[in-house]
Amino acid sequence: MSDSNIIPKWLSVGVIPLMNLFLAFCVSGLFIFFIGENPFRAISVMIKGAFYYPGAIGYTLYYTTNFIFTGLAVALAFHARLFNIGGEGQAYVGGLGVGLVCLVFDQYVVGFLVTILAILGSVIFGAIWGIIPGYLQAKRGSHIVITTIMFNFIAAALMVYLLVNVIIEPGQMSPETRDFESGVGLVQIHILAKYLGLDMAMSPLNLSFIVALTVSVGFWFLVWRTKFGYEVRSLGHSETAAIYAGIKVSSTIIIVMAISGGLAGLVAINELLGVHNKLLLGFTAGYGFTGIAVALMGRNHPFGIFLASLLFGALYQGGTELDFEFSSITREMVLLIQGLIILFSGALAYMLNPLVERAYLKYYGNYSNA
Amino acid sequence: MKNIENKEGNETIDSLPSSTKLAIELKNITKRFGHVVANSDVNLKVSAGTIHGIVGENGAGKSTLMNILFGLYKPDNGTIFLNGQAVDVNSPEKSIALGIGMVHQHFMLVPTFTVLENAMLGNEGSMFLQSGEELVLDRLKGLSENYGLDVDFEAIISDTPVGMQQRVEILKALNRGAKILILDEPTGVLTPQETIGLFDILRSLREKGVTIVLITHKLKEIMSITDTVSVMRGGKVVANFSTEKTSPEELAENMVGRKVLLSIKKPTLKVGNPVLEVKNVSHESKDGVNVLKDISFDLRQGEILGIAGVAGNGQSELLDILSGIETLQRGQITVNDKTILPYQDWNSKKAREFGVAHVPEDRHKRGLVLPFYNYENSILGYHRNEEYSSGFLMDKRKIFNFVDDLVENFDVRPRSSSISSGKLSGGNQQKLVLAREIESNPKILLVGQPTRGVDIGAIERIYEDLMKLKSKGTAILLVSVELDEIMSLSDRIIVMNQGSIVGETNSSDATELDLGKMMSGLEKV
Repeated sequence: MSDSNIIPKWLSVGVIPLMNLFLAFCVSGLFIFFIGENPFRAISVMIKGAFYYPGAIGYTLYYTTNFIFTGLAVALAFHARLFNIGGEGQAYVGGLGVGLVCLVFDQYVVGFLVTILAILGSVIFGAIWGIIPGYLQAKRGSHIVITTIMFNFIAAALMVYLLVNVIIEPGQMSPETRDFESGVGLVQIHILAKYLGLDMAMSPLNLSFIVALTVSVGFWFLVWRTKFGYEVRSLGHSETAAIYAGIKVSSTIIIVMAISGGLAGLVAINELLGVHNKLLLGFTAGYGFTGIAVALMGRNHPFGIFLASLLFGALYQGGTELDFEFSSITREMVLLIQGLIILFSGALAYMLNPLVERAYLKYYGNYSNA
Repeated sequence: MKNIENKEGNETIDSLPSSTKLAIELKNITKRFGHVVANSDVNLKVSAGTIHGIVGENGAGKSTLMNILFGLYKPDNGTIFLNGQAVDVNSPEKSIALGIGMVHQHFMLVPTFTVLENAMLGNEGSMFLQSGEELVLDRLKGLSENYGLDVDFEAIISDTPVGMQQRVEILKALNRGAKILILDEPTGVLTPQETIGLFDILRSLREKGVTIVLITHKLKEIMSITDTVSVMRGGKVVANFSTEKTSPEELAENMVGRKVLLSIKKPTLKVGNPVLEVKNVSHESKDGVNVLKDISFDLRQGEILGIAGVAGNGQSELLDILSGIETLQRGQITVNDKTILPYQDWNSKKAREFGVAHVPEDRHKRGLVLPFYNYENSILGYHRNEEYSSGFLMDKRKIFNFVDDLVENFDVRPRSSSISSGKLSGGNQQKLVLAREIESNPKILLVGQPTRGVDIGAIERIYEDLMKLKSKGTAILLVSVELDEIMSLSDRIIVMNQGSIVGETNSSDATELDLGKMMSGLEKV
């Protein structure tokens, strides 16, 4: 991917993505029109659903949190030119880390400490699920795309086995563990607000959101301010130059995949410690995959990833409202809209560039002999 | 000094002897890429049956102009006349149909096909291969004899020497009916002997009425083969000459826009103790080819040792091993009294710690991370040094202080620390790499192709910097495919052919022809 060097930056990273988004919404509107609904009413329901109704913003930000984690996970790997498709599995296994820590310690240790350990558990387990494909890529040359995809399946199978046979709460049918003891978990924001005397509508938004923002800043620092980040970016742009610079390619790949897996694993703290309070089947719900689109749209920069996560969070939440409001608009329709957004802002991200370049040159361009 | 600015524009065109028949005439060709004007109001006349040279530095617009003529680019303005008729060349197919053939710098051949299959590509003669081959073979044999294009039609391309591959390219163009032949830097990969052979072919083509446009940066070649020559600079044709009435100095002056020194002042210096000793080094590539065979030499303080050879005879692998990019497989290297044995821990990081700096042959692939800013590239390989970091963090202020001095002292233009290195010209990229490596105060500097794709102005500067480093006592190993460069910079020259050292000589005793013979493996000295 290369950015145009004709048009200024505010056009290429500000205006063009908005135009892409607008186009995606226009085409989505057409589809809604064709199934016999009013696209303008649909969009207003969606926006209200995502931002306006009581608790809507909380829900949107709750989804946003997941996308930030998985988006950053994919983005870090991208900086080393590794395509980590395994965010889903890494998040899932991260959940195992949370679950095991809580189930083992929650009856003996204070809840606060267990929560801290559980957060570490999510990172470490996620990291392990990233390290293995990383090692296979670095030392054995197995392509990371293939291995991470396979590891998603392995993670799913492993979790089914464990949840059905091993750590299921005895005496019940649904494949879930017992609830974690009270005192374990991340406080939901609306409860926190009540302590502060503020009245907020109930929503699953919890402290994980703050963790996500902190991690985003840390991500920026790691990639652009540390020697390690420098080595990662060198490797990502040019492996041959990295070798020339004496950078150890294989260990860099393994460490990147460890951090990437750890970031994805953090999805588990939002879902399990923040909301469900137990380990359950399929809690990752595709967030790992959507993270790829988020990283792509956010151009692998934490700020961009935050904005893209917000967009996808709003789509998830607003989409749920659409599903409620219109009988003819189903969950699949929402997926279609998401797909169109990914299409226009990911695959067709540079489609409008020539057009904008021409327009820009026409109004601002002077053909100097530069 | 003549004021060459007066020659700007197209005035000199009219002073050329007007030939009766023009094969090519370009009128007011302008081509822009966004803000960048690659060709600005270019006029060019080439008489039929002549060899016309186009010289100019990288980025002067030579390739753009030829790509326009060949139909790869569409000009924004201007007209192309072929044999007096205005034509619209909007695709390579069209230009081939109009009788234009192009031999690219990097050959466009299918390596697994035979010479015949490659030569007939694009004009197969018949729908069925068998009958087509017979038909084309006849025609090709005729062409081959007529023009002295000696090829083996049965051979597989990947087994043939580059010289023959080039003849196949020319045959291919002629087979498609080319009356005008454009050659882009045709001698870059040839030995001096092969170059002489190519020029004989070009002369016989000219005799048969073929018009040839030769793009090159080697002024000596322009002087020896062309009839007329155009100089391009900054997207414009700045001067036209009849070759016999000009000199390399005048051409260089026009290319650069100021007077240039083509000769180099070598500092007289007594060489010191050996700092690099290479003993019986052999190397097998990943494909199992013996790319280095029993290489031994030593390099002394304050000495420049040149390694001459046609590209691909093991020089690159030798540089890779010495700089720690490749593992040493057999033999022994001693760097500043430290000995490296086969399969020992030896990498670029360690090489730098031992005082070995490396200006790699391919600055795009190795020397620079192109999307990185200058300040990031200025510490590539040295980013762990305490000068640029504190703990695990990069110290941006220190880096900026360093790079600001660097671009200033080594004349990297534009003098900016925050521009992507990929946007610099080749010469300035090379200056940046060289500056970085020199600033590390190396004991040994390995230099590969220091002036490949570098403009004359920058070449002058790079040679100066190398000489300055030499006089400080640094040992320099210079690998280059440019014989002139090797001969004028080195104190001692070794010649490599097929992975072996086939000769060694003092540069004062060396002649181009002797070296050429050694390079082609014909003679051992």
